[in-house]
Order: sequence, then structure tokens, then C-alpha cells
Amino acid sequence: MRLEPIAAPSHARTLVPPAIAIAATIAVAGLLAALAGANPLQTFGLIVKGAFGSKFAALETLNRATPLVFTGLAVAVAFRARLWNIGAEAQLYAGALMTVLIGTQLGLPGPLAIPLMALGAVMAGALVLLGPVLLKTRLGVDEVVTTLLLNFVMALFISYLLEGPLKDPMGMGWPKSPSLPRDARLPRIVDGLRLHWGFGLALICAAGVWLIQTRTTLGYEIRAVGANPQAARFAGIPVTRVLVKTALLSGGLAALAGFSEVAGLKGNLTTDLSASFGYTGIVVAMLALLHPMGVVISALFVAGIFVGADSMSRAAQVPTYIADLLLACALLFMVLAILLTRFRVVRG
Amino acid sequence: MPPETTAQGPVLRLSGITKRFGQLTANDGISLSLARGEVVALLGENGAGKTTLMNILFGHYTADAGTVEVMGQTLPPGQPGAALNAGVGMVHQHFTLADNLTVLDNVLLGTRPLLSLSPGRGAARRKLAQLAQDFGLAVDPDARIAALSVGERQRVEILKALFRDARILILDEPTAVLTPQEADALFDTLRRMLAQGLSVIFISHKLHEVMAISSRVLVLRHGKLVGETATDATDRHQLATMMVGAEITAPAPAEARPGETLLKLDNVSTARQGNRPGLQDVALDLRAGQILGLAGVSGNGQGALADLLSGLESPTQGTLTLADKRPDAWSPRTAVALGIGRIPEDRHKTGTIADFTLTENTVLENYATTARGGWMNWRAARTATDAIIDKYDVRCPGPDTRIRLLSGGNMQKLILGRVLEAAPRIILANQPVRGLDIGAVTYVQEQLIAARDAGAAVLLISEDLDEILTLSDSIRVISEGRLSPEFPRGTKTPTELGQWMAGQGFDHAA
Amino acid sequence: MTEIADILISASFWAAILRIASPLIFATMGELICERAGVLNLGIEGIMVFGAFAGWMAVYAGLPLWGGVAVAMLGGMAFGALHGLLTVPFGLSQHVVGLGITMLATAAAYYAYRLALPQVTNPPRITPFQPLHIPVLSNLPWLGQALFSQTALTWAGFAAAGATALVLFRTPLGLAVRAAGENPQAVEAQGLSVTAIRMGAVIVGSGLMAVGGAFLTMSAFSSFFFEMVNGRGWICIALVVFGAWKPGKALLGALLFAGFDALQIRLQQTGLGQVVPYQVFLMIPYLLSILALIAMSRRAEVPAALMTPFNRGDR
Repeated sequence: MRLEPIAAPSHARTLVPPAIAIAATIAVAGLLAALAGANPLQTFGLIVKGAFGSKFAALETLNRATPLVFTGLAVAVAFRARLWNIGAEAQLYAGALMTVLIGTQLGLPGPLAIPLMALGAVMAGALVLLGPVLLKTRLGVDEVVTTLLLNFVMALFISYLLEGPLKDPMGMGWPKSPSLPRDARLPRIVDGLRLHWGFGLALICAAGVWLIQTRTTLGYEIRAVGANPQAARFAGIPVTRVLVKTALLSGGLAALAGFSEVAGLKGNLTTDLSASFGYTGIVVAMLALLHPMGVVISALFVAGIFVGADSMSRAAQVPTYIADLLLACALLFMVLAILLTRFRVVRG
Repeated sequence: MPPETTAQGPVLRLSGITKRFGQLTANDGISLSLARGEVVALLGENGAGKTTLMNILFGHYTADAGTVEVMGQTLPPGQPGAALNAGVGMVHQHFTLADNLTVLDNVLLGTRPLLSLSPGRGAARRKLAQLAQDFGLAVDPDARIAALSVGERQRVEILKALFRDARILILDEPTAVLTPQEADALFDTLRRMLAQGLSVIFISHKLHEVMAISSRVLVLRHGKLVGETATDATDRHQLATMMVGAEITAPAPAEARPGETLLKLDNVSTARQGNRPGLQDVALDLRAGQILGLAGVSGNGQGALADLLSGLESPTQGTLTLADKRPDAWSPRTAVALGIGRIPEDRHKTGTIADFTLTENTVLENYATTARGGWMNWRAARTATDAIIDKYDVRCPGPDTRIRLLSGGNMQKLILGRVLEAAPRIILANQPVRGLDIGAVTYVQEQLIAARDAGAAVLLISEDLDEILTLSDSIRVISEGRLSPEFPRGTKTPTELGQWMAGQGFDHAA
Repeated sequence: MTEIADILISASFWAAILRIASPLIFATMGELICERAGVLNLGIEGIMVFGAFAGWMAVYAGLPLWGGVAVAMLGGMAFGALHGLLTVPFGLSQHVVGLGITMLATAAAYYAYRLALPQVTNPPRITPFQPLHIPVLSNLPWLGQALFSQTALTWAGFAAAGATALVLFRTPLGLAVRAAGENPQAVEAQGLSVTAIRMGAVIVGSGLMAVGGAFLTMSAFSSFFFEMVNGRGWICIALVVFGAWKPGKALLGALLFAGFDALQIRLQQTGLGQVVPYQVFLMIPYLLSILALIAMSRRAEVPAALMTPFNRGDR
């Protein structure tokens, strides 16, 4: 077999394969539920209900989506430049760490502390990605492996801080940081509803990234470098500088996930602050086809699956890991489906 | 070893081959046959369907209709292995060699059962030595391909086929990369093969070669077989008319009036990159109103010179002077800003971004100068693109089309527009017409001549000596990173230039 | 200093090196085979997790130990086949697919674990591979314990490395694999199927990765824990680079790496461990991997067509 590009894909061409991918994912989910001895339809019902069935559930989903929007954007920005940032997890923790340091150690009043925390987080996250990117541009070291490995290093570093210098003396021995003062926390968007301004910031970032990609020279350069670095270099686009800027943007966005989780939701830093948000960001970004606005929708979808699966597994005897399996399937089915919207498979 | 054919029957017969790629019919019901010991030339301009037809014969492609018979046996479609076993060998235009493996390993690849335990290098070495002697194809079996010259690589390609006892050899534009002398040596080898009863299909668009080597000519045009004739019953004029459908009128530039020197290189050297030689102590003057042709076998430093003038590379030694100034920071952006227009060698990989629209491709070099405070000026970009589409006759659905959907010719016209609309004083044209059909070739060449007449200095890099001879007001030859003296139009024959291309003469000149 | 000397002369230290290196050797050879054929397999981490789970589970369910190894290998090959299908004939991004396979295989292992053992907090133990007694050699003083007290699976790992080197460089099959990683067009023009060769390499390589994972649950430890692979897959990718895509050098790299790992574990018990937080020791393997990548960055020995998909007809 071989693949033949389709010059002008029809509507059916662009819609049918993704639809089949979704159907296939659902079919796999049904199969998995059946394997666990549950009724597939009932399981779906419980997942949807758990994710969006009540005000509480929906808010939980929005909260869960917030860090995913940030990490999804981080991955989308980087992948667009074909910079394989798999280290959003480490950048998230760097951001969370900086948030806690600024929020608890400087004793600033809230209105001053919050922007400073965000700024510090962005800089920390950007710095964490800068290393691997400089290694890539200067020495040609593959950034996939370095960013992946740094995730483990960062996790150990955070663990050390939380058991050592940054340990909360009031924490009854648990490895966690002191909590942010009340006024250094992100306010709720609507009083009484458990949804903080981190979500608002995520939406603003998504719009901002979209604007950068479509309207600015930096966005144009990022897309050019990602689509064809050789042509970009020939045309005079400073490829290395663009990659560094992309890294700063991507690392900063991932770090904002940490900022938002600490300042908006948890109030302190623990080693389990991130439920693999950094890695899940890859799925979020890919399902959104790297489109910044799509990232918001895809983050909601992914968050819904996680929240829904958590709630479902309490009712039915289906392990929550069904969510991870589903998303991995969705990712693989979707990348294949997208390929098939642009190419047809022909014999010989 | 395939069964010997009866003396009368053809060794190869293609019947009614049809192949479509989307809307395009690349081969339309083509039939041909090949006799033992015969050279058939397949003539046609770029895009006529010659290579597609041979790829079907060899099994790279599956035909939509039609059959391939070798020695009376129908080949299963889409299996190069079956073609090879039936005695068909193919020398691809773009060599299919693994650069980091040795000659021996490249030849051995796929010749033994995959699950056998020994690679059989000893016997292969002996057979290679014998073949080299029989056909005049000497090459070191233990050399890595990367260390070989283009001519040697072609010998390896031919050896690969002979090693498998090929009875039919397909050569796709074999002389495109050779000096005239190397081409003659290749023809000698081919004659030895014919004497041993092999048959050859020779793909070319060069008429004089077709006349020199073939016994029969088949002409393809737009995917159709439009003519078939014995070689001694025709002439170049007639073949040209058949090939193009009209008479070819090569552009005949008027006498040049060279002006001041716009760009000057003084004993410039550049770094070697991998297997690509750098420039060595090169001096070069590009003068206003003149086309300087750079002849040479590919891989002799053309890339280094093009990268230097494009701004991609800086000299490791010597000076580059542009309009009496030495630019301090040398980069592609500086080169463009100082009036160098650059037509890159590979329009797909370097010249354009396939997934970008025409508009986005148009502003690749100047988006930063039209931008306002970091914001793209899409309106200006759109206007400029519309103007280029109009003025340079770029056939496309519109400026928002992804450029990957355009034909090579239209892609090149957009690049040409992008370069010429910036009114460059110096134009670097690296293989500007390679792979284009005759209409686009003529168009691009005329535009270059017009730019010269308007006072631009043009450096034309090409591996096609005929093209160099036609267009250049003056010629220099590059070999292993060194430049020959300048030869004004008409002062050197192709054969003499070929000697320079092979590296002769440089020692005296230096 | 004397503490380090004590560690270095203890036989158990050298035995630990071979034990720690074993899963890395399997998985590194697996990755090396994939990359030699032109496919970067980032599914390695997840495939190791799945192998660790599948082999252990199979033995827990009653299969003999080697049966467990076979189950792990088949599971790895299945994920390899999926990886190969998506990246070879379909030519999808090897980065995205690889990470997707890692997520899929990891989630599959965790899901199956929870299905099989719904309420368990402490995973059950199996009887793992026992040290193989080699006549004479195992009885040697010091050396016997240092080098010849390993399980059969460790020796299988060394055999796998030897076989990888032998096949890659001494057989027509190996030549075809290497050529597929250097220039797939050359392979196709010689009548071989690039798709089949690359798919085969990814499937076999993934099988080895899974056995590497299974070593953890069936030889090094005796039960399955979440996160037990803990980045070993990524380290193996660094080891392939460190070994310049050569089995012998990659094997040495794995041993060297295991040496540092064994050392850091022991240093934690010494006076140094009182001063330096244990997390610093645990970081060493990851930092070493990054250093290895940097050290080898100037070498341009990477297979020329690594990560370049091949589509028949593109020429």
C-alpha cells in the first residue's frame, strides 16, 4: 500500500475518518467496560453524568480542565514549531514551586503577590525548558529525551524541598509546603462557586496564543520553523532564536498550570500536585490538532473523561484507568484519522 | 538466471500501461517492446511520464491498466523483487544507495535469502572484480558510498544490476550528472553490455545522446506515446518537434554589456560539510548586466558557493565584497537586504514551505520589513501575492491555496516573482529550471535574461552543460571547490569544459 | 573514600551491576534494533511497564517462569505491531505515536492489574527466577558471587545483545535492517520490502523491551508495582545514543550506567548518605543519561533515515 495526497478533500473526506475514530474509541471503551463485567451503556451514562451531570460535576470538570488548558497550550505551541517538549510536567512543578516561594516567603500583599507569583512561575518554567532547547540548538541533543528525563529530576528535586527546606512545619510530618496566605490566592470567578480565576487566565492564554499564531511575526516564524526549518532558515528566519522564544512561551504556559493549581485550588505544593497534567497535555494538544482554541474544548473533553471516570468507578466496578486507556486510544485513532482526511490509501 | 529468450521474441513487452495520479494521467495506454541487444531511447521532456513508466516496469508503482512481460513471462505488478529476479535492473536518476554502507554491502543488499547465516561477502567480492573487468566499471568494493564521486556512484548502481545478472537495464537520465567524458565512458560500458546480449532502455531529454547511443527512439509527451522511429531514420530537429509538439527555440540572449562588479570574492574558502567540499581559495566577480554560468559535476562545491551567496554560510577565509562594502554580519537576511535575489536549488525543500499558502510563501523573505511592531501585515502580503500571481502567470486556485498543490513550474514562478519583485541587483539562480517542462523552462530563462538586460548580475549554477552554454555570457567551471578562469561565450567547447569539470587544468591555472 | 573502596571490592556490588543492567540491556537492544531500521520507538517506557505486568501476571496465574517471559514478549510485540503499523505504512509522527503507545501500554497494564486484583493494596508475590548455579565458576571465591550468581534471564540478556550484534552485522537480514535505517529507497530498489523490514524490527525490538520490563517483576523483584519502570525506558533511549547505535558499545553503556546506579544505592547507606539527601542520589541516573547525550552529541553516527517515513511511490 501507499499513501496518495488528496488535492481538495471533500467534506465527507474531512469528517468521516474523525467520526470513525470517535466511534472506535467509544467501542473500545464499551469493550473495556464489558471486560470489567459492567454494562457498557450504563458505564458511559455514569461517565457523562459524573462529568457534566450536575453543577458540582461540571465545576469539577472545569477545575480539572484548567491545568490541562495550560499544558495543552504549552505542548501545542512547542509542537507547532516541531519542538518536542515532553517536559510540561517539570515546567508545571517549576511554576508551582516559584508560586509557593514568592507567595509564602516574601510576605507581599495579595494584589502585588499574585501577579508576581504568575510572573515568577512563567520565568521558572521558561528556564526549565531553555536548557534542553539550548542543548538542541547548540549541540543537536534530542530534546524529547532530555525533557522527559528532566521530569524525573524535577520530581525528585521537589520531593527533596518538601521533605527539607520547604517543608511545612505545621504539616504534621506530611511532605508539603506551607500554604499561601488567603489574600495571595486566586479569587473565585463567581462567589460561592468552586471555580477560580485560573480558568479565566487559561481562556485568556488560549486567545493570546491564537492571536500570536495568526497575527504576529513570531507566530508566523514559529509555524514556518515547524513546517520546514530548512526553508525558514534559507528565507532568513532566525531559526534558533525562534526556537528559544517558542521554548520560553511553551515553558511559561506549562508553568502557569502549576501557578493556577497552587494559587487557585490547592494553596500549597505537594508531590502529587499534578495528576500527570504535563503528559496529558500532549493528548489535549494532539486532539485539538494543535489549535489553541481547540485546546480549550479538548481540555474540557479530557477533563470530563477523567472526572467522569472517577465518579463512575465509585458506582460501577470499572477501574478509573479506563480514562487513561480511552485517551491513549483516542490519541492514536485521531492521528490516524487526521492523516486519512488528507491522504488516501492506494494499492501499489 | 531467466530463461534465454528465443532469438526473435522481444525480451520485454509493455502493453497498454495506464497510470493516473489523482487528476493527472501520467501514462496513457503506452505499449513498447525491447529486443535482445537493443538500446531503445525513451525521449520526452520533464513530466512526460518517462520515469513513471519505468517505475511501473520495475515495480515501484502499480499500473491502473496494462501488463509487463519479461522474456514472455508476465510480471506481478508492484514488486521490484520480481522485476529484479526476471532480469530487470534499474539505475535510478536519484541513486538508491545507502551512503554509510560500503559498495559491497550496497551490492549485496537483498541478493541473499534474508535468513541465511552468512552474508556471502567473499564470493561477491570475486564476482564484482570480474564484472568490473568485463565492463570497465572499476570501484573499490570496501569504500563507503559517501566517499565516492557521482560518477563512481553511478558505476555502483550499474554493478548492482549486473551483479544480479540483469538482462535488461533501465537507465534514467544517466548522463545528467556526468561530465561529457564520463558520459562517453558510460556509453562504452553500454556498448560492452550490448555485445554481451543485454538490452537497454535509455531515458533522456538530451537529443544528441539519444542520437549517439540508441537504435530506436520512443517519444513520450503528456503521458502518451507520440512517436516511434528508428534512430537512423530521424534527426534531432524532428525528434525535438515530436518531443515538444512544436519547434524548440532556445532563448538566444543578445550580446551582454557587462558593467561594474557588484559582488566580489577574494581568496574565499568555506568549511567542508560532511561529504560536501567547501570552497578553496576562490576569487569571483559578478558583474552587472552579465550572466555568469557555473558548470561542474554535482557535489563539487556548487552547494558551498550557493550557500555562501545565500547568506547561509560565512567564509572561513577571504573576503566577500558587495557593492564595495564588506557586510559585517553575514546572514540570509543580510544577503536579501543587500540586494541578492536567491532562487534555491530545491524549490520543494528550501524554496517554499509546502503547507503554507501562496501568500505565506510570498512573504517568507520580507515579512519582517512589512510588519508593524511585530504584527504581520497580511493585507500587504495579499496584495503582493495577487500581483505576482498576475504578473508571473502563476496558475493556482488562489492566493490562499497551499503551495504543495501547485506544479513545479508554477511553484518556481512564484519563487521567481518573489525574487524579482524585490528588484535584486544580484541574482543567484541555482538549477532554476531543473525538472520543469519546456514552457516553464523557457519562461524562467527569459526572465533571467530580462533581469540581466535590466542590469542585474546573474550567477547561473547548473549541472546541465547545454543550459550553461546557451545562457551564459561567460563560464567558469567548479571542481572540488576550486574555480577555473573565466571563459567568455564561445571560447571553449563542451569537451574542453568537460576536462575542466573532471578537474584537469586547475593545477596549471593556479 | 574508604567507604567507596569498600563498596568497590564487595562482590555484591558487582553482582548488583549485572542485575541492574539486565533490564536495560534487553530494552536498549530492542530500541537499538528499531532505530537501526529507522524507527524511533518512544513506546519503550510503556512497553516495559506492560512487559513487567504481563510476565508477572502470567506467572501468578500459573504459567512457568519462561512462559511468563514469553507472554511479556508477545504482549510487547503486539504493541510493537501497533506502533509499526502507525509509523511505518502510515508514516505517522514517531514522536506522537511512540508517546501514545507508552500511554496506551501503561494504562492497559494498570487497568488489567486493577481488573485482576480489584481490592489489593499489597500486590502478591511470585517465585522469581533464582540465581543460576554454574559449575566451577559459581564456586570461585569472590568472583563466583560477583559475576556468576545471576539468574538465567540476565544471561539471556547478554545473549540477546550478542545475537543483536551478530544479526545486525553478520547476516543479510541485518544488512537489510541497517539499510532500511540508512536509505529505505536503496532497500526497495533491491527488491526488499521496507515496510516488512521496519515492521519486523519494531515488533522484535518491542518484544525485547517487554522482556526488559519483565525482568523487573520476575527476576529483580517478585511483584508488580505502579511506576516501577520509572523512566528506565527513556534512559535506554539515551543509552542507544551513548552507544552510537552499536550493540557492543550500548551494552558497555548499560553496564557503566548500572555501575553508577549500584554505587549510588550503596552510597546512600554510607556517611555521605547522612549529609546528602537521598533524592540527589536518585537523580544521578537521569542526570547521567542527559550527560551521556551531551557527550555523544558531536558524533554524527545516527542512522541517516531515522524518523524518516518511507512511502512507496514518493521519489
